[in-house]
Amino acid sequence: MKKIEKLEMVEISKYFHTTRANYKVSFSIESGEILGLLGENGAGKTTLMNILYSLIQSDEGEIRINGETVRLHSPKDAIQRGIGMVHQHFMLIQNHTVAENIALGFEEAPFFFPAGHVAKKIEEFSRIYGLKVNTQEKIWQLSAGEQQRVEIVKALIRGVDLLILDEPTSVLTPQESKELFSILRRMAGNGHSIIFISHKLEEILSICDRVLVLRRGEIVGASSVQSTDKRKLARMMVGRDIIFDFEKEHIERGPLILEVKELIVPGDRTERAVKGVSFKVYKNEIFGIAGVSGNGQRELIEVITGLRRASGGSILINGKDITNASARLVSDQGISHVPEERIKFGIVPNLFIYENTVLKRHHNKRFSKMLFLNYQTIKSHAESIVKDFQVTAPSINTPIKNLSGGNIQKLILGREITGEPTLLVAAHPTYGLDVGATEYIRRQLLERRGKGIAVLLISEDLEEIFELCDRIAVMFEGEIMGILPTQEANIEDIGLMMAGSRK
Amino acid sequence: MDSILISVLNRTLVAGTPLLLATLGEIITERSGILNLGIEGMMAVGAVAGFIVTLATGSPWLGMASAILAGILISAIHAFVSISLKANQVVSGLALTMLGLGGASLFGRPFIGRPLPVKMAPFRIPILADIPLVGKVLFNQDPFFYLSLILGVLLWVLLSRTRWGIQIRSVGENPAASEAQGLNISTVRYICVLIGGGLAGMAGAHLSLIYSKSWTEGLTGGRGWIVIALTIFALWNPLRAFLGAYLFGCIFVLQYILQPIGIPPNLLGMMPYLATLAVLFAGGLKKGRRYLHAPAMLGEPYTKGER
Ligand SMILES: Nc1ncnc2c1ncn2[C@@H]1O[C@H](COP(=O)(O)OP(=O)(O)OP(=O)(O)O)[C@@H](O)[C@H]1O
Ligand SMILES: [Mg+2]
Repeated sequence: MKKIEKLEMVEISKYFHTTRANYKVSFSIESGEILGLLGENGAGKTTLMNILYSLIQSDEGEIRINGETVRLHSPKDAIQRGIGMVHQHFMLIQNHTVAENIALGFEEAPFFFPAGHVAKKIEEFSRIYGLKVNTQEKIWQLSAGEQQRVEIVKALIRGVDLLILDEPTSVLTPQESKELFSILRRMAGNGHSIIFISHKLEEILSICDRVLVLRRGEIVGASSVQSTDKRKLARMMVGRDIIFDFEKEHIERGPLILEVKELIVPGDRTERAVKGVSFKVYKNEIFGIAGVSGNGQRELIEVITGLRRASGGSILINGKDITNASARLVSDQGISHVPEERIKFGIVPNLFIYENTVLKRHHNKRFSKMLFLNYQTIKSHAESIVKDFQVTAPSINTPIKNLSGGNIQKLILGREITGEPTLLVAAHPTYGLDVGATEYIRRQLLERRGKGIAVLLISEDLEEIFELCDRIAVMFEGEIMGILPTQEANIEDIGLMMAGSRK
Repeated sequence: MDSILISVLNRTLVAGTPLLLATLGEIITERSGILNLGIEGMMAVGAVAGFIVTLATGSPWLGMASAILAGILISAIHAFVSISLKANQVVSGLALTMLGLGGASLFGRPFIGRPLPVKMAPFRIPILADIPLVGKVLFNQDPFFYLSLILGVLLWVLLSRTRWGIQIRSVGENPAASEAQGLNISTVRYICVLIGGGLAGMAGAHLSLIYSKSWTEGLTGGRGWIVIALTIFALWNPLRAFLGAYLFGCIFVLQYILQPIGIPPNLLGMMPYLATLAVLFAGGLKKGRRYLHAPAMLGEPYTKGER
């Protein structure tokens, strides 16, 4: 089939019941171009790209390739036309290995022993371009960042004409993002086109040629990157000015809340994913753990929140030993959890929004009486979270799976923060949030810190870590490389520690 | 003594073959994400179709072919209802069992007790069949015994070592992700269900043409349910299905042998289910929680584009 020289989406509209996800969206992209797609959570970016990839069909409008109208009925057609996509929510088969996942849609794979062949290809690919993945591991053993790498490699290795990337960098480290960008630039140089969705404005500005801004399903702005900047873009997106760097006031830390002593945790692929880690988190403190994902952070927070068993060491909350206690007990001790994989561990996709707002707390007196749930309070509780955290949703009586990724994240954060926890354990709290929502959440975290909660923040986003944390620990291969007060730390040192040097 | 042993082993393999064939069919069906509880019905239909056609044409080969066809046709009902109409697969499968059993006894009534005029001749593998004991047991069997061995190994290779295998398993694990990789979910599932139906039909005909060489009502005798248990016992792995099929086949044979010495056949009849529970139990105790995985989306209808 002929290469994609120019692709147009013309007057695309899409409705979900009463929600207007896209309305008369038109744009075009030419070969060699990198087009940025921006918009608030729920603006309709994923919907638009799913229509282009034919995972869903538009209600109105058409797609033209090289000037000719094409009918794409399923991803199969899109793939044949040379379109590839990295999805916002991982489209991976949990019980299969990385190699099997990539072999699934790889036409070049031989009929017999496809996984072995693909594994070799992937290793070759990683050697040239970076983005390392271990081909023999099963997906369920991988952290979110590693899964993201697999998704990217899966799309890149196919060599497509037009590549759609829906928030590929949310859980990548800066280093990995850099590797990805150099690959994308090289692809564009070779005449491929790329559509890139991100909430990180610097990324959009540094890699894209043009940007489109979507708002409530409509295109509200388009510009070349030379003639715009961060503030202008943010204003176009949310319709108001965004404060990017806010002051963190200094607060004296309070008494000890969480103490982790010599903790040893078995992983899914190793005997020891966490190797004797110790640290303390105090009241009125945000304690950050930086590190490349897959270095034991996930296992660490799973143990603290009661989702995994430790094989040694202890965890104390307010002096009480909760090592290997059940998740219910841990949660009743006032520990909240924002998990790194929101769809898998943060929500029950098929339940309504209001039901999801009381997960883990449905048995509290406030929400239930004996055997019965008190739906009135539950619903008003849900309404207030939706309002305070600006969750875009048709109503609280919608199954939560119908929300956009960022809005699901806002709802989880709302649920966990409003529970008035003593300790909030948050992994990538602003994962997938738009600039407005990110600002709001960071402000909330700082405000709650002032009111006396302790926060354990796990993130690969150093900017976020520096902006929010009072102290920063760096994890590498299951050990803590050092703990620094934020004032004494700088990005270079933290970067070195993330690669394994001790401080 | 030797001859008793030989005959027990011999009958074990004969009794195990239909179990193996149908289990292989259920394995591929379930691997694609569709649960078919209609095995008992599909086997009954295959048994009757095979018997009638063999009587009419005098050719057991034609009988076998029509049994396979009958199995495919009746499984197509289940495929249509559960894949295209997205109905509840448990209900549809149970309905298939009743439909198949009812239809088989209706069409089979005039043929009850009629002897089979032609037999499927055992296929003697030269030289190997002369080995003492083993030769008589393994290398002087009906052709479908050998075929089932080949099919089992082929299915194992297909599922675990080929692109189609990855595709089938992926569809059963995560249809949305598979579709995003360019697969047509319905096509893959239809093919797998129909193959499963054909194998169940073949298993039924093995019962009427080779195992009992006659048709009686209730010939399948609950084997369809044993196959469901066997599929789990085998943990959806064709090679483990061999072990299970012959183990359970042996139980059928022992029922007759041990009855005279006072062991109730019902007790032995329970064994396949107990053995399946034991496997699940042992698997549950095993370290690493992902050991016992049924296809993740088994029994879930797939709607395109739904989140
Ligand atoms: N299958 C669906 N059923 C109902 N509503 C849907 C469905 N898919 C999307 N929506 C709605 O359409 C709107 C656009 O969603 P979309 O996922 O495209 O947003 P987005 O721009 O990608 O947001 P984010 O940045 O949070 O990922 C949202 O309001 C969402 O709730
Ligand atoms: Mg999105």
